[in-house]
Amino acid sequence: MQKSMKKYFALFALPTILAFTVAFLIPFILGVYLSFTEFTTVNDAKWVGISNYIKAFSNQDFLNALWFTISFTIVAVITINLFAFIIAMLLTRGKKGTNLFRTVFFMPNLIGGIVLGYIWQLIINGILFKFDVTLTFAAKYGFWGLVVLMNWQLIGYMMIIYVAGIQNIPKDVIEVAKIDGASRFQVLRNVTLPLIMPAITICLFLSLSNSFKLFDQNLALTAGAPSKQTAMLALDIFNTFYGKTGYEGVGQAKAVIFFVLVALIALIQLVITRRKEVEN
Amino acid sequence: MKVKKVLGLALALTLVGGLVAGCGTKENNSANNGNKGEEKTNTTTTSKAEEIYFLNFKPEIAPVYEKIAKDYEAETGVKVKVVTAAAGTYETQLKAEVAKKDAPTIFQINGPVGYEAWKDYALDLKDSKLYSYLSDKSLAVTSGDGVYGIPYVVEGYGIIYNEAIMKKYFALADKAVSISATSEINNYDTLKAVVEDMTAKKDQLGIKGVFSSTSLGAGEQWRWQTHLANLPLFYEFKDNTSFDNTVLAGLDTKEVEFKYASNFKNIFDLYINNSVTKGALLGSKSVTDSMAEFALGQSAMVQNGNWAWGQINEVDGNVVTADDIKYLPIYTGMPGEEKQGLAIGTENYFVVNSKVSAEKQQASIAFLEWLYSSEKGKNYVTNELGFISPFNTFTEAERPADPLAKEVMAWMSKDVTSVAWTFAAFPSEDFKNTFGDALLEYAQGNKPWEEVVTIFKDSWKSEKAK
Repeated sequence: MQKSMKKYFALFALPTILAFTVAFLIPFILGVYLSFTEFTTVNDAKWVGISNYIKAFSNQDFLNALWFTISFTIVAVITINLFAFIIAMLLTRGKKGTNLFRTVFFMPNLIGGIVLGYIWQLIINGILFKFDVTLTFAAKYGFWGLVVLMNWQLIGYMMIIYVAGIQNIPKDVIEVAKIDGASRFQVLRNVTLPLIMPAITICLFLSLSNSFKLFDQNLALTAGAPSKQTAMLALDIFNTFYGKTGYEGVGQAKAVIFFVLVALIALIQLVITRRKEVEN
Repeated sequence: MKVKKVLGLALALTLVGGLVAGCGTKENNSANNGNKGEEKTNTTTTSKAEEIYFLNFKPEIAPVYEKIAKDYEAETGVKVKVVTAAAGTYETQLKAEVAKKDAPTIFQINGPVGYEAWKDYALDLKDSKLYSYLSDKSLAVTSGDGVYGIPYVVEGYGIIYNEAIMKKYFALADKAVSISATSEINNYDTLKAVVEDMTAKKDQLGIKGVFSSTSLGAGEQWRWQTHLANLPLFYEFKDNTSFDNTVLAGLDTKEVEFKYASNFKNIFDLYINNSVTKGALLGSKSVTDSMAEFALGQSAMVQNGNWAWGQINEVDGNVVTADDIKYLPIYTGMPGEEKQGLAIGTENYFVVNSKVSAEKQQASIAFLEWLYSSEKGKNYVTNELGFISPFNTFTEAERPADPLAKEVMAWMSKDVTSVAWTFAAFPSEDFKNTFGDALLEYAQGNKPWEEVVTIFKDSWKSEKAK
């Protein structure tokens, strides 16, 4: 078995490795290289050292976007997971229509980000019009608009993962806890939560990374208005790359910083929640 | 269990990995998706003959270019691939396309600033016939001895008004002004008096507002951050007597004073206070909305250029007839503005890519020369593209027939001074957008005017310093 694995490894893994190299490794390495250069198109790069990174960090827009992204991520991760979990709890009680509701809650996830952004722009502007303002009136409207949008899109997806986690809890464990006189809250706190920790890990990871690298929804909903106050990191990178002549390299540098940030945060989160998981 | 953990981590890592790849290549992907559809229509007749590639800037006339390409191929056997960038994405797409093996052979820049960004890709056209056709050689983008950008269209913008509504107003018995026709408006004070009186009587006139919405949505702000901002800066750079050209003066200006900011405020306030839409709602409006309001007769005036005729004409339920469409210069309260004309110029320059093969360069130049000098080509330019062309190959009779273009030409021949398109000297897109965003916040009432002026000056300085 072990031997044949080795023998056929190359044969089976090669297509994937090739695809991975072409579609991911090469662009990634090229991207990192470009962040140290000045270029108009990727074919005529000139090495400039770390000056792009210095410019990126001394750029107020970038720092604003970073701050906006972080606050958005915190709010979005908490609300998404809270609501997703509550709905998952409600939809695992075997009530009538459970399947229908699960489907309905899941559906928003199937719509693309740009479309969602425009749909919510219409909805929110439609309401705000009554108060004679629009989404672009103040940054807080855009912020909460994004939070609502993200919740609407991701709750269903997270809910499915939580549902799977909850359904995997053996009935006898809960029964035993109840016989021992545990209250409903105690069951939730001491039995359900520890046992669905793997689901929580995945959900936190997905909502965290999705919120952090949000782009389409941001572009479609506010495009950063008013005055870039609602631009998140990914949008700021895009704007730097395309909006300013001679700043392509700085955009790349920002993208590399962005990658390091997302990877760091996601890994730390994984390690922490992994530790809480119990083996059953 | 352990396998599961490792697997989980590996999966998670791949997901994170996915982001990075996203960062590096997202731009290209989106640009590609954008033109895939168009490419398909063009590659149906792939022939062995050589092919040139034109990246078109103007989406409103894209179908005409398709027709021209077909005709040209039938006549000469050279295939012309035309790809059109969606509004506001030209630079994005150009960056992506030029990096490809099959790069555009003809693209366009917006003037000296655009040339700075693309100079490594611009071919010297000094010896081309196309350059020799140019009636006013000073219009071309030059650098040293070389000629790199050749303008292919002359355009004008101002305040477009609907004469039918204006006549209705001037026929009112209780109008508050003494003049009796729109053509008598020749300065800001008169314009303001008329507009404000019209707003007061808008129910009688059957309009929702005098001006169409001041579109301040993202990507819809160019009429203000570029075109309207042109006026105060034109006058400011004109005061700089060491240059005889406002664009050159602007390019040389490291720090702008914005000394006619109050003139800008004059007209901008007039726009937003007498608009179809309330100030705080302007962030949701687009240029198309604005033109539709005008076409449907909900507004009497709108600031735009002669390219807007198509947009007005194609609106369903358009009530504005070609005879009623007229132009008024943008008056801002400058002394002596009675003699001011429309803002006339161009920001469309052809550039031939210097990094493609010599045969392709020659074929590209030949195509442009055919388009602007052969009978067939000229017919397309005049009647279908609707360009007022700056080439001497066109006779007096070969001028576009659309009402706005005719108005522009009429204004050009009047005894007035046209305002040059000085915004070619604006430092960057980012500068314009920063100013546009500030204007939106001003219109929404959450930024004082002084701050807008400061942002304008600071942004100019920092973008220029790069």
